[in-house]
Parts: sequence; C-alpha cells; structure tokens
Amino acid sequence: MIGIASYGAYIPLWRLSRAVIAKEWGDAPAPGERSVANYDEDSVTMGAAAAIDCLNGMDRNTVDGLLFATTTSPYIEKQASPTVAMAADLRTDIVTADYTNTLRAGTIALRAAADAVKAGTAKKMLVSAADLRIGKPRSQFEMNFGDGAAALLVGDTDVVATIESSHSISHDITDVWRPEGGTYVMAWEDRWVFQEGYFSAMKQVATACMEKCGLTPKDISKVVYYAPDARRHTELARMLGFDAKTQVQDPLFNAVGNTGAAHALMILVAALEEAKPGDRIFLASYGDGADAFILQVTNQIEKVRNVRGVKGHLEPKRMVSDYMSYARWRGIIEPEPAARRPAMQSPSAVGLWRERDGVLRFRGGKCKTCGTVQHPPQRVCTRCHTKDNFESIRLSDKKGKIFTFSMDYITGTPDVPMVIPIVDLEGGGRLLTTMTDRDINEVQVGMPVENSFRKIFYAEGIHNYFWKVIPERDKVGTFSPRADSIL
Amino acid sequence: MESIKDRVAIIGMGCTKFGERWESDIEDLLVEAAYEAYADAGIEPKDIQAAWYGTQNNVVSGQPLAHALKLEYIPITRCENFCCTGTDALRNACYAVAAGVYDIVMAAGVEKLKDAPYTGLVGAAGGPGGRDPTGVEPAAAPPVQFALLANRYSHHYGIPMPELKKALARIAVKNHKNGALNPKAHFQREITMEQALNAPMIAYPLGLFDCCGVSDGSGVAIVTRPDIAKKLKGDQYILVKGLGLCCGAHQGTLQDDYDFVHIPENIAASKMAYADAGITDPLEQIDHAMVHDCFSITELVIMEDLGFAPRGKAPEYEHDGVFDMDGKLAVNIDGGLKCFGHPIGGSGIRMIYEVYLQLLGRAGPRQRPNPSLGLTHNLGGLPGSFTGAVTIWGRGN
Repeated sequence: MIGIASYGAYIPLWRLSRAVIAKEWGDAPAPGERSVANYDEDSVTMGAAAAIDCLNGMDRNTVDGLLFATTTSPYIEKQASPTVAMAADLRTDIVTADYTNTLRAGTIALRAAADAVKAGTAKKMLVSAADLRIGKPRSQFEMNFGDGAAALLVGDTDVVATIESSHSISHDITDVWRPEGGTYVMAWEDRWVFQEGYFSAMKQVATACMEKCGLTPKDISKVVYYAPDARRHTELARMLGFDAKTQVQDPLFNAVGNTGAAHALMILVAALEEAKPGDRIFLASYGDGADAFILQVTNQIEKVRNVRGVKGHLEPKRMVSDYMSYARWRGIIEPEPAARRPAMQSPSAVGLWRERDGVLRFRGGKCKTCGTVQHPPQRVCTRCHTKDNFESIRLSDKKGKIFTFSMDYITGTPDVPMVIPIVDLEGGGRLLTTMTDRDINEVQVGMPVENSFRKIFYAEGIHNYFWKVIPERDKVGTFSPRADSIL
Repeated sequence: MESIKDRVAIIGMGCTKFGERWESDIEDLLVEAAYEAYADAGIEPKDIQAAWYGTQNNVVSGQPLAHALKLEYIPITRCENFCCTGTDALRNACYAVAAGVYDIVMAAGVEKLKDAPYTGLVGAAGGPGGRDPTGVEPAAAPPVQFALLANRYSHHYGIPMPELKKALARIAVKNHKNGALNPKAHFQREITMEQALNAPMIAYPLGLFDCCGVSDGSGVAIVTRPDIAKKLKGDQYILVKGLGLCCGAHQGTLQDDYDFVHIPENIAASKMAYADAGITDPLEQIDHAMVHDCFSITELVIMEDLGFAPRGKAPEYEHDGVFDMDGKLAVNIDGGLKCFGHPIGGSGIRMIYEVYLQLLGRAGPRQRPNPSLGLTHNLGGLPGSFTGAVTIWGRGN
C-alpha cells in the first residue's frame, strides 16, 4: 500500500503578534500571531529542518528521492532540492526535483512521490515543502502569512496513512501571484480572488474527489486543506458540509499563519499527530487549480511519535520584539550595520564543491586509530597524526554543550551581538561556531545546544549555507539567565 | 640545536610615532624608522647586506622595503606570521647573522592599517583565495576570539565576571599610565578603573578599553655580530639571549580537551627562548617585558603562560602591582599595544625598541633602575591555534 511512512515539520522559533503588526499601521488589532523566520532562514533551511525531522532515527540511505516544494526558491536557475538533500545527508544517486511556482506545489509533489513509488522507480520518496512569502507592508498578506515547512516520507512499507485516491484540476488564473524579481506577493481584487479562484476550484476538486471514492462528508474523520486565511477556511468547511467542531483540523492561522506551499502538508502533519487507526482524511490544496486526496490512517500510526512535527514546534516559541525586527529580518528595511565592515565577498564555488560534505552534510572525520572526532575533516589526525585513516561521521544530528562563548557587538550581521561559542558535541568533536535564535542573557558555559542549517550570507549572487547552533529547541523557556553577567 | 645566546647584537634601532598616521604611507613610515636606526647604529644604508621585511597586509614580496629605502639589489625576504610578523623578521635576520653569512643586516616591520574604509581588523578571511574559500567559518573578529578566553577563565577559576573585569581594567589602567610617558605612543593619557569598567561593550566581556586600537607604525633594527657591534658602538648595543617561535596546528579547536585558559603556543615559544637564555625563574631573572596585550585578557593569560604568575593568580598579581612600572617585573612599560595600537608588522620590533632603550639607559621617564634582561612576546591567530614568539635581550659586554 502506497502512503505516508513518516512525517515532520519545522516552524521557526519566532512569532510576531498580529496586534504588534496592527499597531504599527494604526489598525485595529488582529487576533493571534504569525511565525517569522529569522534573518538567517529561508525555504531551503526550513525545508531541510522539516526533512530531517521527518527522517528522525531512520537510515537516510534508504531515501530514493527528494522533492522540494516552494514558491520562494533562492534561485531561479539552480536546483534547491540538492541543497535540502545534502543538509538531510541523503545519497547522491537519488532523484531531486524542485516543485515551484504555485501554492499547490506541496501536494503536487506529494502526488508525484506517490506515483514514483507506485511505478516502482523508488521505494521511498521524501517530500519537503517550505515557504517564506513576504506580503507588502501593511497588507493582509503580511498579517496572514507565516513561515514554515512540512515533510512527508512516501513509501510502500509500514505506512501510517495510505493514499487512497487523488484528483487534480489545473487553472490558469491570475488571482494570487508573484512575478520574477518581485519581492511581494500580488493579488487581484479580494472578492473575485476568493469566489472565482479559491472557493470555485476547491468545491470542484472536493466534489470530484469524494464522488470518485463514493464518499460523503460524514465519512471523513479529519478535514485538512489550504485556505488563504481563517475566514475563508471556515467558510469553505461550511460550503463543503464539514463540521467545524468535529471534523475540521485546526488550520493553524491563529498560531502560525498561511505557510504557502507548505500549508496543507503542515496541517496534515498536525492531523496525523492526533490521528487514530481507521481515520479517513480529506486533504486539499489550492493554487493555479486544486488537488484533493483521500488518505486512510493505518494501525502503524503510533510508530511515528518521536518527531517534533507541528506540536513540537508550536511550543516553545519566542516573540519577535517589534515590527522593525521583522522588517529588518526580511530585508524590507536595510539599516546601517553596527559597524562598518568590508563588503562581503562571494565564497569560492570551487571551495564549496570540494568541501561540500563537510559544509552541507556537516560530516566530520573520526580517526580510526585514536577515535578523535574532527571538523572540518582533516587529512592528518590532530591527535595521533595518522594520515588518511578516518571514518566520515554525521555531526548535524549531534547535540552539544557550550564550552565557552563570546558576543560580538561590532559585527555586520543583523543579530547584534553575534554570539560565537565553542561547542563540544556529544560523542566527541569541538566546533567554533555561530549561535542563532538566542537570548543573550541565557548564553552561558554548559548551555545545551543543537545544530541548525542556516543561510550564512548572500554575496555576489551566491547563497552560502552552513550550520549554526541554537539553544536546544525543546528546552527553550527553561534556561536560567547567565549568573554574574555584567550586562 | 645550539643556543643563539650572545651570538647576535642589535646596534641601532628606529621606531616611528605610532597612531593614525594619515599623512604617512609605507614609504614614509619605513624611512622614518630606518633613518633613525642608521643614525643610531652609525652606518650608511649601503652597509646593509640583506634585509627581512615584516608586514602582513601591505603588498607582497621584499620589494616595498627596497623601494622605500632604495636598497639596491640586496636579498630581502618578506616575512609574515600573524602578529609575530615583525619578530619573525628579526628572528630570521638574527639566524642569518649567526650563521656567518652576513655581517650587517636589517629587520624592518611596518603596517599601514588606517587607509582602510572600516575600523578594526576583519574576522576570518573568506572568499576565493582566502583562508576559508567556503566562507562558512564564523567571521569572528579578534576581540570575539580572545573574549572566548575571558568567559572560560571566569568559569574555570570561579571568578565572578565583575571581579574578572576589575583585573582586566587594572591591566588597561597600568598600560595607559605607562604610555602616558611615551612620546612615540598613539595614546598618551591615563585612564581610570571606572572608565575601563564602564566602557562600551565590544565583545562580551571585553569593553573598549580592554581592546588595543588599530594604528600605523614601523620599527627597524640593525643586526650584526657582537665583534662588529663592539667595534662600532663600544658597549652601546644589546645582545640576543634567546629566541623562540612556534606555530599551533589548530589543536585547540580540533581537540576538545583544550581548556581556553592557557595558550600552549606561549609556553612552547617561551620554553625555547628560556632554554637559550638560561631562564629558570622568569619573575626573578627578567626585569621588564613587552607582551602582546591585544586585549586585556590576553595579557592576563600571558602572565601565567610565561611563568610570571602561577595559574589562576594573575589577577591577584595585577592588583598587587607586581607588573607595574615600578613592580617586580614591569610589563608593557612602554604602554603596550594598548597605547601603541597594533600595526601588525610594526609591533614586534616596536617592543624590542623599548627593551633596547631600557637596557641602554635611554628610556627617560620610563627607565628601570637596573634592567638586566628584557623580554618581548607576540601572539597571533586565534585561541586554539596561534603563532607565539618570545625574544630575550641583555646588555652588550
């Protein structure tokens, strides 16, 4: 049976209160909060995090393909899926494909993954969907969007939910779009966008899909679907005859926002986290047409319970202090840096290619003679001086502790002070690294951290990715302030 | 290996005023220092048979030195070794003379940093051709790198940060007090403990006064054999007693048992120089030392690495005035990097310049009453991997 073998998600640590956004523009406060990616995150880093969450504890060599879905790819011509695949430390002899340019990209990728497994060209296909869409300042988009990612592993063995059926329709409609080079998502007039675009297509695809399977609304245990905002989401449930209280899965608008190409899959992950064997799930997504699926939860569902998923990323969380921070992180406003620094030079493409295992996979070398773990990988062991006798080991999934740290107040990066710790990893290995998503009053010797894939900088047309450390996500909120701080 | 002790002499030295020398370029700085050195040595430029040119940022090859001083067709080696650049130039000059290949040579160190469009030094060099072609190494500037020592020192010895800050401030105050008496220093004014403690934060916990400045400057030494020195200068020359230099191999950032409260490169370099010079009790035998106070925490740790204070006791020794101008072992009696700034290639020889003045009784208001041996120390790189260098000098005859 083809279906979902595992799932994962990623929501950035940060939330911006809608009341804070509204206050900035002198508008009436809107409810809830939206997730905000840090300045060093993008769809690729978030997609990688969701993929890694989904693969938790699994042998990553069993993945035969990575389909990455987004409307906010870092490049127009350079595939993003290989970067996600490298960060997730997958094999190189796999299928990688970017599904882009539509809000429906996540579900299109899901369908393609299922088709590949069904055709026998792959045993396991990983789908990762992520988006970091920017709404024009003061727009409803700015208010409603959220940043985030979701991932599904599609296979034919031990699946937790089977894909029973699907239906797709394609529409060439200029309702919500973003032209090449455009920063902000654009839209036509609201009423037409919702009525002739969203509701029309969703009703069409839902009806066709349910008819195909001979199902009626009451046969569905969980209803999972994309909507542009909370109000349209509620309206569609009513239109389709689903019960908001008992059937409709929380679409996360209040706590996260509209996460674009990731949205439908993220709500699906939330649904699977609470699903019971036998649950029938209706899944639908919209964008230049619509996709609908019927899924059935199996009795393997309890197997996947050690991922962070949506639940593990909703809390703990941190609030972005003000609108200006959000604007700075998104590049909407570009203030003078804390100190005048030389212009960023592009990295060497030759160097990045040569060092790709150490940089993107975050592989280190463990000396087979003395056991010392070293990063970056070395030719000659630092301790026993044995040459070329290393085992390549993955460091990205190792937790660590801060050995010492410093905080740079005259850096050029947005997060001043920039925190630079020395981190000792579990199982051995020491890093001189950068810390992000941090509260500088909590940074201290002994603090538990984990690795996070981030964008280090963009220069001369090249996005440069690497790993930073973050306070251990599950423990955020429990850290005590640094003793005897002089700040 | 043989000791270098008493095999090489310095017969003349020059040192520019250090600071924001907007009106001077490399040529101006080198001419200023070199011609002071020629006059002091009593030699002509044409007497220089070979030279070592220490600079990190300013151009490549040995030619800039030849160009500035119009040294015609002599061998010139450009040296670079992070902050030990100038000392390494001098070191190589000494070995060439000790080898008997040359009679009179020059070691010149210089750096012009203030033409840059930004303040401070850059962090890890990324970009094609840089040290890190991938550009992913944390771009941590020197204050951040050395602050790693301070935060660990506080934790390791159980010294609450406000207390450690006081010890660090005491060092800054000491060096400013000394620099106020030095007409060649960039900063010639005293500061108070309060100013140091309340200064703006640069890299936690280091504030503005815990960090040396960025400046321009040059130092030149004329190096020769002791028999030639005696002939030319009578007893007005100094003799090398010990030289040491070592390069770390990133042990501290690759191996997780480095404690970040000592610097093995300091220990290794001083061992070499102490062995040459026969030093067994540094605090007793050495009269004054110019050490690499790029940051206050660096000077603190150096005191322990060089054996001037026991591990964990440097803060106490600082507060007790052991390293003051009139203390047991005057440290950075010329004002240090703190008051001179740190033009990379220029610092090593600037330090030796003060030792030279002290040993020959020419240090004016900074003069130590009975200087026997003077030591200089440099440290370049970042915690985990440094180049460390130590030189020791004594009076001629």
